[in-house]
Amino acid sequence: MEHIISVLVENKFGVLARVAGLFSARGYNIESLSVAPTLDPTTSMITIVTAGDDRIIEQIMKQLNKVVEVLKVVDLTETDFLDRETALIKVHTKPEHRDEAIRIADIFRAKIVDSSPTTYTIEITGDVDKVEALINLLRPLGIRELIRTGRIAIARENTRTTSPRREPALFKT
Amino acid sequence: MKKTGADIFVESLRHEGVKTVFGLPGGVVLKIFDVLCQQKDIELVLTRHEQGAAHMAEGYAKATGEPGVVLVTSGPGMTNIVTGLADAYMDSVPLVAFTGQVSTNLIGNDAFQEADNVGISRPCTKHNVLVKDVNELAQTIKEAFYIAMSGRPGPVLVDIPKDVSTEKAEFRYPDKINLRGYNPTISGNKHQIKQAAEEIMKAKKPMIYVGGGAVFSDAADEIRELAEMTQIPVTMTLMGLGSFPGTHPLALGMLGMHGGYWTNMAMHYSDLLIAVGARFDDRVTGKLSEFCPEARVVHIDIDPTSIKKTFHAHIPIVGDVKAVLRQMNVMLRAMDGNVSEVKALRAPWLKQIGEWKKAHPLTYKQDSKITKPQFVIERLFELTKHNAIVATDVGQHQMFAAQYFKGTKPRTWLTSGGLGTMGFGFPAALGAQKAFPEKLVLCITSEGSFQMNLQEMATAVEHKLPVKIVLLNNGFHGMVRQWQDLFYEGRYSASYLGKLPDFVKLAEAYNILGLRAEKPGEVESVLKEGLKHKGPVLMDIYTDPYENCYPMIPAGGAHHEMMLEDPPELTQAKKGGSHKRKVDEGEGVLPA
Repeated sequence: MEHIISVLVENKFGVLARVAGLFSARGYNIESLSVAPTLDPTTSMITIVTAGDDRIIEQIMKQLNKVVEVLKVVDLTETDFLDRETALIKVHTKPEHRDEAIRIADIFRAKIVDSSPTTYTIEITGDVDKVEALINLLRPLGIRELIRTGRIAIARENTRTTSPRREPALFKT
Repeated sequence: MKKTGADIFVESLRHEGVKTVFGLPGGVVLKIFDVLCQQKDIELVLTRHEQGAAHMAEGYAKATGEPGVVLVTSGPGMTNIVTGLADAYMDSVPLVAFTGQVSTNLIGNDAFQEADNVGISRPCTKHNVLVKDVNELAQTIKEAFYIAMSGRPGPVLVDIPKDVSTEKAEFRYPDKINLRGYNPTISGNKHQIKQAAEEIMKAKKPMIYVGGGAVFSDAADEIRELAEMTQIPVTMTLMGLGSFPGTHPLALGMLGMHGGYWTNMAMHYSDLLIAVGARFDDRVTGKLSEFCPEARVVHIDIDPTSIKKTFHAHIPIVGDVKAVLRQMNVMLRAMDGNVSEVKALRAPWLKQIGEWKKAHPLTYKQDSKITKPQFVIERLFELTKHNAIVATDVGQHQMFAAQYFKGTKPRTWLTSGGLGTMGFGFPAALGAQKAFPEKLVLCITSEGSFQMNLQEMATAVEHKLPVKIVLLNNGFHGMVRQWQDLFYEGRYSASYLGKLPDFVKLAEAYNILGLRAEKPGEVESVLKEGLKHKGPVLMDIYTDPYENCYPMIPAGGAHHEMMLEDPPELTQAKKGGSHKRKVDEGEGVLPA
């Protein structure tokens, strides 16, 4: 099963290599990875999308926690969370397809951020289903290049009364 | 007053109480070595190879429980200690390795003797750091020692560029560590411990399975108390040997691939397994799906990743083994009250184990022609009694030593378990001898392993380290040969060591006493003479090239499916000579 794991780390060099190395050394899979500093410039957030059975995910969480520079590990999949991804899609457009490309982008509230006589570059931000749906619709038009950021995710605050939010599984405090 | 990085380095080591550094100089660490030679508090042991330095530091750390310190240069100096780091990482040995690095302005330029020390060592260290600013050096060193020694111990590498060792900074040794992401759990969860204690009281066929964690945690007394109070037999992993007296009536010796028949049978039929600082290594468990099939499992370990990594645990307890066992013993004492009841409950189980032991004890047949390796170890154990520190290399001799040398004290058994590093034993023995100059330190090795770090004989002589080397010379990579006999129809691919040096002359060339026992009748006198000698000794003892180590659980086998002796076809082949045996083809296994 797919899991989205947030790893709060010291913002120091070599930390990403240790985290990534841990996955490769133990044969765990990384589907996507994104890293950037947080509000506190001394820390960075690494968001890792990975897959595995419960035993593997438990090991991944424990192994991540063992890294000295890792401050906190949260498996967001165990909570109510939001995830987003941005993609830049360069579509090769024949003259008869240019309108269609714009229409599709509109439907998804995607932006056309660059245009040339033969291409549009479309920017989309959304959850993974939305991004993939857009890609699938644009594919017949001819996608020349596709860049995705990988997913970032954040736990929802508890505003709804119908589904009480579970506490994220904090391993380190 | 401002000090150079090199002075800060030495001052910091002094603050950490370091007495001995094992190392070898080179271009980028010259400044540090220059400062080292101008002071007296910290002694440098100059090794002949950086790998030797790493293993000596391991031996020092294993024997003392204090961190072993290594200092080597950049590039090849660092790459040569990688085996030692990986070994220490596998066996949780606290090391702090300082490596030189090219100046910060040259890093990444492929400068002379540059290597990505932090990158190379990342997967085989607990933590590693490149110090880029001399102002951070003292703090980094303090944290390195703290990380190496706390939690599950392990090697930490600190990479010091040349300019960091020469530049100056204000020095004040920090009194606080600053690691917000690192906070090992020490005391165990009370509820879990109580549950475990309740299971212990009602189990009919319990086993205590002790690993290396118990040694590092100094939990020998607690284990003994637990075992005696609850009458539970104790088995130890290769790394755990010594944490419970091997001669104790409740001691079952080593378990696993070459564990005793009674030990492995007891594991297989146990109904409660109390794992203490052990990690369910494949050499211990054999076939996982058939490992301890009937047992409830209590797993105590300071490293959460060890728990449920390969094997399930019904009651996981994260914490320091000593602290947890203390908590548990207090609870058991309160619950217990009636010792005779526990004794009665366990009696049939202990009786059953005794019967297994009677049926298939460890055994070998010593004849008058060729010395059996087991015989040498047994004699050595008798002659040294319980006063020796033993370091071993890796292979058959290591397993024989584990079976027949029944150590009684923790930190007197130094061996490479997880990584299985041939060449570990001799330098490790030297490291231990450096820590305890007055104690008897034995290195049980073989001609294959010894040749991997024999250059350290020079270090032994220079530093007056009177290690007694007992070299079981069978002319083969014995364990490889055993597997080839058992699983590859006796084709000895690269296991035969034909062109051996004359080890007695070799020892003499290094100014070490060399002795030889060619026949079984000479073993006793050689051992006695060697042990009596004041300086280092090499005892070259010819042993049976075709002796196999039993019991044996073939790789992937289950605990109750042990081989107890050579299979009939192998015995036949040995007798009939149909076996491919170099020794019969005129080359001769032993040096002429």
